[in-house]
Amino acid sequence: MTTNPDSADPVVELRGVDAGYGERLILSGIDFSVRRGQLVAVMGGSGSGKTTLLRLVSGQLRARKGSVRVFGESMERISEKELYALRRRMGMLFQFGALFTDLSVFDNVAFPLREHTDLPESMIRDLVLLKLNAVGLRGAATLMPSELSGGMARRVALARSVALDPELIMYDEPFAGLDPISLGVIGQAIRKLNDALGAASILVTHDVVESLAIVDYVYLVSQGKIVAQGTPDEVRASADPFVHQFIHAEADGPVPFHYPAPSIEKSLFLEAEAQP
Amino acid sequence: MIRLLRTLGHLTVDGIWQVGFATRFLFAMLRHSGPSFARFSLTIRELYFSGVLSLVIIVVSGAFVGMVLGLQGYDTLQRFGSESALGSIVALSLLRELGPVVAALLFASRAGSAVTAEIGLMKATEQLTAMDMMAVNPLARVVAPRFWGGVLSMPLLAAIFSTVGVIGGWFIGVVVIGVDNGTFWSQMANSVDFREDVVNGVIKSFVFGWAVSLIAVFQGYDCTPTAEGVSRAITKTVVYSSLMVLALDFILTSFMYIVK
Repeated sequence: MTTNPDSADPVVELRGVDAGYGERLILSGIDFSVRRGQLVAVMGGSGSGKTTLLRLVSGQLRARKGSVRVFGESMERISEKELYALRRRMGMLFQFGALFTDLSVFDNVAFPLREHTDLPESMIRDLVLLKLNAVGLRGAATLMPSELSGGMARRVALARSVALDPELIMYDEPFAGLDPISLGVIGQAIRKLNDALGAASILVTHDVVESLAIVDYVYLVSQGKIVAQGTPDEVRASADPFVHQFIHAEADGPVPFHYPAPSIEKSLFLEAEAQP
Repeated sequence: MIRLLRTLGHLTVDGIWQVGFATRFLFAMLRHSGPSFARFSLTIRELYFSGVLSLVIIVVSGAFVGMVLGLQGYDTLQRFGSESALGSIVALSLLRELGPVVAALLFASRAGSAVTAEIGLMKATEQLTAMDMMAVNPLARVVAPRFWGGVLSMPLLAAIFSTVGVIGGWFIGVVVIGVDNGTFWSQMANSVDFREDVVNGVIKSFVFGWAVSLIAVFQGYDCTPTAEGVSRAITKTVVYSSLMVLALDFILTSFMYIVK
């Protein structure tokens, strides 16, 4: 089932959102939306606020200002019960997999099915093996998470995150640490899953080449603000200095490589010696 | 002086905040305890990890404590010509005090620290967040079964500790030293009161199990999600649990045997 993203209702909609932790403001003035059938990438440097955006959408963090709506429900005053009802329609792939270390690969993928459905064990077995097959790890079903490589763990986590065929799928750095073959396979799997489920997907990533090849729309985040957005073609053709620097991985540009600090000469006490 | 006052004030506020947070945590956990009983297999698993896997340390320690009681008790009692009361001394010491208290201290070190480490590591590796994102409440699925597993296993461990301790005392008193076997057991049977000694010991071990389990799950759930944070939480579990057991023992003993 595929849906035309342009005509579909927004599954996720953020308007004028500020968010942060404690005293620190991480995101400010964020306008962001994802429609059914759309695969959207959120890109930006480390610490730019990409994961915080996912936490807002998933209800792990409340906005300080603005409105966050998911499946049409406002997340500001949502109760725990309502939030859990929404989360049953979501799937999330964590940066490091977050597999349950006391459960086997099979039981990890079966976990949401056993918790939320009354399906017989034989049907759960079939579903789990199909999900594992989709990520190429059906043969690893009996292994424990400690026996998996980082990339394999991520693929198992991907199978687990879509076990209940969610309507909204969030991926937090799904390509980090994957070898080129796995990277290509996972990228295609994300695209196919989105289309097959008619879901809305948010892909938080650093991986420019792989992401631009599969997504419908891109948001670029820098220092807590959305600084550019558009289709992959628009982003590639953009003359904006930030977009150019990020897409072409250039060291010089508006994004500073160094965290704010005094000059290196001052830090190494070389200033006095440098003067005549 | 102002700095000292500021530090004291900060510690007081921090302490009150921690107690308040722990109380809220306790009520939230109790509210989400349904699955621990509706799906009792979750609690059975924790009974195995907290209870069965603590058996070795409980049995070995109980045996040695009982044997030391046999030696010390005999040495003291013979000075007054009352060595026939050895069975009473061993049984009463174990049932009223040493069984619940030493078993709780060992339980805190073995099972409490393990529970804190497990929950803390699950938090540090985002397993709790992942569960929460799957609309499965970690309080109901992870924390409450571990809490109830600890609460239920503690009285059983204390009972085993006391039983093995009595056998250790009997071995030293009767087999090694030569106290009359019949006198040892009959003195014990005459002096031990079921309500006063056995039931009170069980109540104590139940309260200690409650306290140690709550501290263990709270420290794990509340820890900073880093290697250092988990390590600090484990240390806090052992230290706070030990102090809490000793303080509660004093309070319970006051009410049970003094304030009547």
